[in-house]
Amino acid sequence: MADAPEKARDPEKEKRKIKSVSKMKEIMTNYYIEAKTARDSGKKVAWITSGGPVEPLIAMDVIPVYPENHGAMIGASKMGVDLCEKAEEMGYSRDLCSYARADIASAATNGGPIGGLPEPDFLVCCNNICGTVLKWYEVAARYYNVPLFILDTPFVHREFSDAARDYVIRQIYEYIDFLEVQCGKKADFDRMQEVGKLSVESMRLWQAVLDVAAHKPAPMSAFDAFFHLALIVTLRGKPVVVDYYQGLLDEMNERIRDGIAMVPNEKYRLLWDNLPIWYKTKWLSEKFASHDACLVADTYTSAWSGVLPLIDENNFLETMSVAYTKIYINISIDLMIDKLREMIRKYDADGLVMHSNRSCKPYSLGQYDLQKMVMKELKIPTLIIEADMVDERQFSESQIDTRIDAFMETLKS
Amino acid sequence: MNDQIITVGIDIGSITAKAAVLNGGSIIGSRVQFTGYNAKKAGRDVLDALLADLGIEADRITAIVSTGYGRNNIDFADKAVTEITCHGAGAHFVNPEIRFVIDVGGQDSKVIRLDENGKVTDFAMNDKCAAGTGRFLEVMARALEVDLDEFGSLYARSDHPARISSICTVFAESEVISLISKGESRENIVAGIQESVASRISAMARRVGVAPPVMMTGGVAKNIGAVEALRKKLETDIEVSEYAQVNGAIGAAILARRLVM
Ligand code: SF4
Repeated sequence: MADAPEKARDPEKEKRKIKSVSKMKEIMTNYYIEAKTARDSGKKVAWITSGGPVEPLIAMDVIPVYPENHGAMIGASKMGVDLCEKAEEMGYSRDLCSYARADIASAATNGGPIGGLPEPDFLVCCNNICGTVLKWYEVAARYYNVPLFILDTPFVHREFSDAARDYVIRQIYEYIDFLEVQCGKKADFDRMQEVGKLSVESMRLWQAVLDVAAHKPAPMSAFDAFFHLALIVTLRGKPVVVDYYQGLLDEMNERIRDGIAMVPNEKYRLLWDNLPIWYKTKWLSEKFASHDACLVADTYTSAWSGVLPLIDENNFLETMSVAYTKIYINISIDLMIDKLREMIRKYDADGLVMHSNRSCKPYSLGQYDLQKMVMKELKIPTLIIEADMVDERQFSESQIDTRIDAFMETLKS
Repeated sequence: MNDQIITVGIDIGSITAKAAVLNGGSIIGSRVQFTGYNAKKAGRDVLDALLADLGIEADRITAIVSTGYGRNNIDFADKAVTEITCHGAGAHFVNPEIRFVIDVGGQDSKVIRLDENGKVTDFAMNDKCAAGTGRFLEVMARALEVDLDEFGSLYARSDHPARISSICTVFAESEVISLISKGESRENIVAGIQESVASRISAMARRVGVAPPVMMTGGVAKNIGAVEALRKKLETDIEVSEYAQVNGAIGAAILARRLVM
C-alpha cells in the first residue's frame, strides 16, 4: 500500500510563516550544546541575569548562560507547573517569581526541556531588573558553591545624578577585576571595544526589526518578537547575532514589499506590556487574530535596544553601564509613560493590553496608574490580563477569553 | 417602537441561566433557572419555558444573542456577545441616564463605565476570587444559619458592624465562626460581612472611576444590606434595577434587536 499523502498544507498559512525561524532554532541549539559541553572544551560558564552586562564575559571568552531564558523555555514547553510545584515542595513560596522557582527546581532535579542548565563557574547578578535575582543568585551561589558578583544599579526616578553614574561605572571596573581573577587572565580592552561594537550593532538591528511593525499591515507581531528575542538576550556581542538579525530584517522588508501581513485582515493594532505568557502565546495570538487584531509591539522586547541612544560605541564600557541602569523596568512610571506614549504613536496603536504578571512585581507594579494615564492622555482603551509568564495555574482561559472579547467589543463599537 | 419584532437574550451564568424576550422594543417577559451541568441544554430549557409562559411560538423570534460564560455554547444564537457589553446595554435600556453599572453575580463581579450612548468605555472584573461575589454571601449565610433573603434585612438592625478583615472567603468564614463563639450579635456579623463585600467591590469600582448615576444589577442587588453597605462605601446613591438578575439577558435581547434593525 502506498504511503498516505502528506496532509495538505494551507498555502495562506505557509505564506505567513517567517522563514528565518529554522535558522534561529539552529543557533539556539548550538549555543546550548556549546554551553552544556563547556567543561570538555575547557571554557568557563557564567550565569548572568537578563539585564546584566554580558559583553565583558564574551570578551573574556566565557560562555554566558541565562536562567531567565531557560525559564522562558520551560514556560513555552509547558513544563512550568511541574517545576514550580517542585520548588514549592522544596519550601519556596508560591509568590516567588516563577522563573526563579522553575530554575531552582530544574537545578535540583535536572528537569526541564534541556535537562537543566550547565553548572556555573561563577555568577553575575545585576539588579536593574528586580530584587528577586539577588536572593535567587545567592541561593545558586550557595548551591553550586561558586563566587557571585553583584552589580547594583540604582533605581532611576527622574534624574540620574553624577554620583549614581560614578557609582555604577566604578562597579563595572570591579566587575572586570572579578572576571580577571575568575578567568586567570588579563582583560583585553581592545577586544572589549570590539565586542561592544558588535553588541551595539545587534541592538541597532534588533530595533530595526521591531520597527518594521510600524508598517501597516505589520509583517510581524509581538509574538514573533518574543520568539526572536532570545538572541539579543543571550548572544549580543557575537557576530552570529548581527548576521541573523540582518537576515531577519531583510526578510521583513521583503514581506512589506510583497504585502504579507502577520494577521490576515489587520484592522486593530495593539501594544502589549510586560513579559509574554509563554505557555499561551499561540492561543493568545490566534485569539487576537480572530478579532482581526495584531499585537504590533510590546514594551518588553524593546528593553534590550531601547537604551541604544545612551550608548557611545567609542566609550562602550562606561556608557553601557549607565544605559543598563536606565532600562525600562528600572525607571519610574513617569519615565515609563514617556516610553509608552512614544510607542503608541510610533506604532499607531488602537489599544493597550497589559499583562499583570503575578511573577514579575517590578514590571506589574504601577500598571493601574499607567493604565489611567494612557486612557486619560492618549484616549485609547486598555485591557489588563491577570496571569503569570510560566506558572499556568495563574491562567484562567475562559475568564481571559471573556475579557479579551469584551475589550475587543469596546474597541469595535 | 411597536414593530412586533421579537428578539431574545440568553445569559448563561455559572449558577443560573436567564432569558428575556423583547417585543417591539419592550420587555415582555424574563425567566431565571439553574444552569446545571449542560450550558447548551440550560439555554434551550430556559427559553422554551419562557416562550411557553408567554404563549409565543419559537418561529416568531427574529434574532437571539447569547451572553455569559456559556455564551459560546448556545449554537442556536445568532451572535455571542460578552456580558460586559450586554450589561451595559441592559442598564442603558432600563435607564439611559446610567453611567456606571455594578454587577455582582454568583461567581464574579464587574464594574462597567458607560457613555451617554450606553457604550462601554471601561470595565473591570473580579473573576479570580469568591470574595466580593454572591458566593461569599452564600458561604457566610450558611455559617450563620441565616436564610439569604433574611440576610439583607438584618443589615439595618445592626448597631455596630463587626470587622471582618480577611479578604479570603475561607479565612473570613473562620473569622465569622470565631465571632459567633465570642457572642457577637448575628446582626453585627451579617453587617460586617456585607461591608466586607462592599469594600472589595468599591475598590474595583474606584479603580475604574465611579461616575454617577450608578446602577446595581446581578443577584446580589436583591440583597438590600449589601446595596446599603455599598452606598455607604461609595458615598453615592445606587439605583437597583427591577430587572437586576436578568439585566444581562435584556441587554442581549437589545443587541439582538440591533442585529435586525
Ligand atoms: S521578578 Fe521579573 S525581572 Fe525578576 S527575574 Fe522574575 S521575571 Fe525577571
